[in-house]
Amino acid sequence: MTRLLLWILGAILLGGIVHLSTVLAMPRTAKQDAYARLAALAPVNAVALLPAPSAQAAIMPFMDPAFAVAVCRYDISSGPLKLNTPVSQAYTSVTFYTRNSVAYYAINDRAAGRRTIELNLMTAEQRAQMPTEEDVTAADRLIIESPTTTGLILLRALAPEPGLMPMARRTLAGAQCRLEEARP
Amino acid sequence: MRLFFGSCFALVLAAVIGLGATWLTLTRGVAFGALRIGGWTAWPKSGSVDIDPYARAAIARTGELPLGTGDGVAFYARSDDAGNAFDGRCTFVISGVTPPARYWTLTLYDPEGRLVANMIDRHSFTSAEIVREADGRFAVSVAPRARPGNWLPTGGIEQFVLVWRLYDTPIGVATRTTKEGPMPAIARKGCP
Repeated sequence: MTRLLLWILGAILLGGIVHLSTVLAMPRTAKQDAYARLAALAPVNAVALLPAPSAQAAIMPFMDPAFAVAVCRYDISSGPLKLNTPVSQAYTSVTFYTRNSVAYYAINDRAAGRRTIELNLMTAEQRAQMPTEEDVTAADRLIIESPTTTGLILLRALAPEPGLMPMARRTLAGAQCRLEEARP
Repeated sequence: MRLFFGSCFALVLAAVIGLGATWLTLTRGVAFGALRIGGWTAWPKSGSVDIDPYARAAIARTGELPLGTGDGVAFYARSDDAGNAFDGRCTFVISGVTPPARYWTLTLYDPEGRLVANMIDRHSFTSAEIVREADGRFAVSVAPRARPGNWLPTGGIEQFVLVWRLYDTPIGVATRTTKEGPMPAIARKGCP
């Protein structure tokens, strides 16, 4: 009897380890995460406007249908990225996600405080390599540090009424995301 | 021999316990740091790097992208204030005041996060298009058949989820009490 209880106790402990390791491994092994879903639609380092979600089809679950959405799937392993987006009349936001869908930075049009949102995305090493004087001149541009070399930038513009959706989509069509040209 | 059977039994039991617990936590949506206001629940930390491993795993499984903390916060409701689970064949009324936010949207999904087909192609309301009373209060009827005023059709599906998203809002990780963030009340108003 004691023997059986010991086996069960061992099984519970081992089960706990199995549980924790599968939970921790899930983000790396998931085949249908947001990045995988968007990889087919979005080219690397360019802005792609996503189709609006409908009852029949949606790229991701729980998308807000009141928003026009564009995505920039980035890969900054070869250099920093520049992102420019005009802001719509109502509300515009930019959210940065790592390869595993962790939102590490988000900013909206009011926090950016201008007619366009301009951001530079780079890794910590790329930022460290930036010449210091350039750091000063670039101070009016926001610098975001990406924890991973690949990830997603989601640009979202609100259409307060369904009739304003074409305008929100036009706003995002003017957004740009591209690698910075190599310095001489 | 006894050792062999014992270890086989223990390994199988461990796999069942471990994988079962993982499956349960990921499908039930277990996450830490929940902010509950009335019938509404939000996980403000899910939109930041402080996201816990359970929420990360759940998001990787479903394929959604959480709302970033600097963008807004999303409140989910699967039942009314009295605890009655949302049934698309019943009528629910959402009324009251909203917490401070530049904009909000109220959207109806099926439990998997898909929009629900309906005749008038109405899936959500934004704070700009809702019809309000003179004192600024409002009511949204979530019902299978047409209602006067703000009608959010359920399409008659068995279960649904309401998501209230607040954009550019002070509500977030630091919010603790109902006073800081009054959320609208949800009440069931009849079932066929």
